[in-house]
Amino acid sequence: MSAVAASKAGPGLRLTLALFLTPVVLWLGLLIVLPHIDLLIMSFRMDPSFGDEGWSFENYRQFFAEPIYWLTFVRTAGYSVLVTLLTFLVSLPVAFYVTKVVARNTSRFLLTMLLLPFWVSELVRVYGWMILLRESGVLNHWLTGLGITAAPVEMLYNDATMIMGLVYTSMLFMVVPLVSVLESLDDSLIEAAYDLGAGPWTIMRTIVVPHCMPGIMSGAIVVFMLTLGNYLTPNLMGGKNSLWFTEQIYNQFIASFNWNQGAAFGFLLLALSSCIIWLGLRLTGQKLSRVVQ
Amino acid sequence: MQGPAVSPLRGTGGNRNGYRTAPAEGACQTRRAWRPRSSSCTVPADGCRNGRWRAGARPCAAGVHDQMSPDIFPDLSVGNVVKRFEKFTAVDDVSFEVEQGRFFSILGPSGCGKTTLLRMIAGFESPDSGVIAIRGRDMAGIAPNRRPVNLIFQHLALFPMMSVAENIAFGLKRRGMAGGDIARKVQDVLERVGLPGYGAKMPAQLSGGQRQRVAIARCLVLEPAVLLLDEPLGALDLKLREQMKVELKTLQAEVGTTFVYITHDQSEALVMSDHVAVMNAGRFEQVDTPRNLYRRPASAFVAGFVGETNVWTGTLEEVAGDAGVVRTDEGAVFRARVAAGLARGARVDMFIRPEAVLIDPDGAACVTGDAPDYAPDYAEDAAPGGDAPLPPRGACANRASVQVQAILFDGAASRLLTHPEGSRREVMVALPQNRLYDHIKPGDRITVGWDDRAGICFAAGSGR
Repeated sequence: MSAVAASKAGPGLRLTLALFLTPVVLWLGLLIVLPHIDLLIMSFRMDPSFGDEGWSFENYRQFFAEPIYWLTFVRTAGYSVLVTLLTFLVSLPVAFYVTKVVARNTSRFLLTMLLLPFWVSELVRVYGWMILLRESGVLNHWLTGLGITAAPVEMLYNDATMIMGLVYTSMLFMVVPLVSVLESLDDSLIEAAYDLGAGPWTIMRTIVVPHCMPGIMSGAIVVFMLTLGNYLTPNLMGGKNSLWFTEQIYNQFIASFNWNQGAAFGFLLLALSSCIIWLGLRLTGQKLSRVVQ
Repeated sequence: MQGPAVSPLRGTGGNRNGYRTAPAEGACQTRRAWRPRSSSCTVPADGCRNGRWRAGARPCAAGVHDQMSPDIFPDLSVGNVVKRFEKFTAVDDVSFEVEQGRFFSILGPSGCGKTTLLRMIAGFESPDSGVIAIRGRDMAGIAPNRRPVNLIFQHLALFPMMSVAENIAFGLKRRGMAGGDIARKVQDVLERVGLPGYGAKMPAQLSGGQRQRVAIARCLVLEPAVLLLDEPLGALDLKLREQMKVELKTLQAEVGTTFVYITHDQSEALVMSDHVAVMNAGRFEQVDTPRNLYRRPASAFVAGFVGETNVWTGTLEEVAGDAGVVRTDEGAVFRARVAAGLARGARVDMFIRPEAVLIDPDGAACVTGDAPDYAPDYAEDAAPGGDAPLPPRGACANRASVQVQAILFDGAASRLLTHPEGSRREVMVALPQNRLYDHIKPGDRITVGWDDRAGICFAAGSGR
């Protein structure tokens, strides 16, 4: 039908298609593809201030030669996986409660309440946490006031706080896909499993999680990539004690003005996220085309 | 079993005419003699003392009956169950029992509370008051996954991510059965429902009827005391539904499991069931065999809901026992049966089924003449092993002259839409497709007639 229409409409339709595609192509080409090609070329060249204009793997060699680089890299990867897992563990009960436990109207209200904090920028939300947690912050004020701790405790600038902050920042991106897959789960499947003798844990394991797998994976991919590429939260809540790989990239670009080294780091991070996502999809037996639906 | 003379349904009470009273009174009959082997617990029979279900009487705790033979207790007994949702009473004081191996249906319009009742038996809802006992064991506080009942859901709820075999094995695995035993049981039950070799298929690959059978197999493999079915045929097309009706009935007879089936489709209930409870607005209107429901409805609601029916409004002119004479608002006089409690002069609705109305009765096989006397209306369960004796011939005395408005041709279910003379009342008359009535055209004036016992009167407006 559409083929017939296309052959009949001819040049008119082609013009419409071109009009619609141009912004997309320009956007992708100018802002994504072109800079990446430039960065890729840059990562295989040395800093021009050294005078050497030839191709080299020096930037990548540097990464493996310097332990602080690759240790931060591994740390960032490990913590990103951990943050993704924790976000899933926190989000599943939330999404289940919102979709299956409460009444329809309450569920809409709760979803709005979940969305509301995300209307505020990440920076403001992180500062909110800092006001709560810092040495002279609200929490410490209460703790000392109630006599639970004698002196204020510094709760910022450690790995645990940073991870909590990252989970908080990325939770919505897990809850929303989970809510949408859980809404498509027929309640009678849960009841049928219950009726056939399964307990709550078994129902979660055998019915709910398998059904939600596409949503879990799409949420996990988004959360993982956002966490891996996050700069603000690790920087502000982790401080100097909790290095994140994005900070290394930032340092190369801004502090050392070594764009070539920074570009190499950037591509290493891209390779890492692609590998881990591919591995995750392989392990759970999901297809990317199904997950992105 | 002591013979068919004993009604398998008690707890609803009933009078000698075979009309069962609505359970509103909470009446129940005494059970057959039974001696408790353990004196430490209250048995259900005690709960029924003095003809009433004693409030608070609870069957024995779990375990006590395990040494007793299970047929001492009915598979399912429900006593004075009430369920309210805020101000709305979904189930209002319902009591009934289902004995082992019976096919019991609950028939009612949507919203009458039948699904709530079923969900209470399955354990998904808990009654506000009343007792639900399965094989004599009180189910109060027992979660659905610990109850010896299984539910077949309206849309079957097969697990789409599992194969047929995994679906059926699901319940067995939860019981911690060994893998080899599970495989054997799954194979057995698949053969029993006529799907051998289908274990590896996914539910999405099956046809509607096959999915139905998998859903049944998934429950039957667990050997439940009672299998609950929540309108499972509703989603099937007509042809398949007719076929599944017969299949379900055959399967139930084969496996001998007690079935409790809820439906709004009277044909499903009538064809498959040993006993049917007609439910309306949270109450049981009548619990009886399908044939008795059809022939001897206990209330105007049942008369109107089970089978098709014509209604004439009028006034009772004479009452003698359960028989009487009605003068309709059009002025016609008919003989009909009369529900208990109606006196002379009462306003009544007379219900008469289209298939009971004969066209041109004097030319047909029907013999005219007054009945010698009003023969007692035998209850079906009082006549062991056979049909109730026919009323004496010569009772076909009712006559009406009607004008044919339209012919509603529907094969075997064809009907004439007629108006009585001088009235806009619609009267449906069955039109047998035996070529005898081919001459009838719209606009014709015809005489119809029916048996004195075919019509039944209830207080006017009580069925609406």
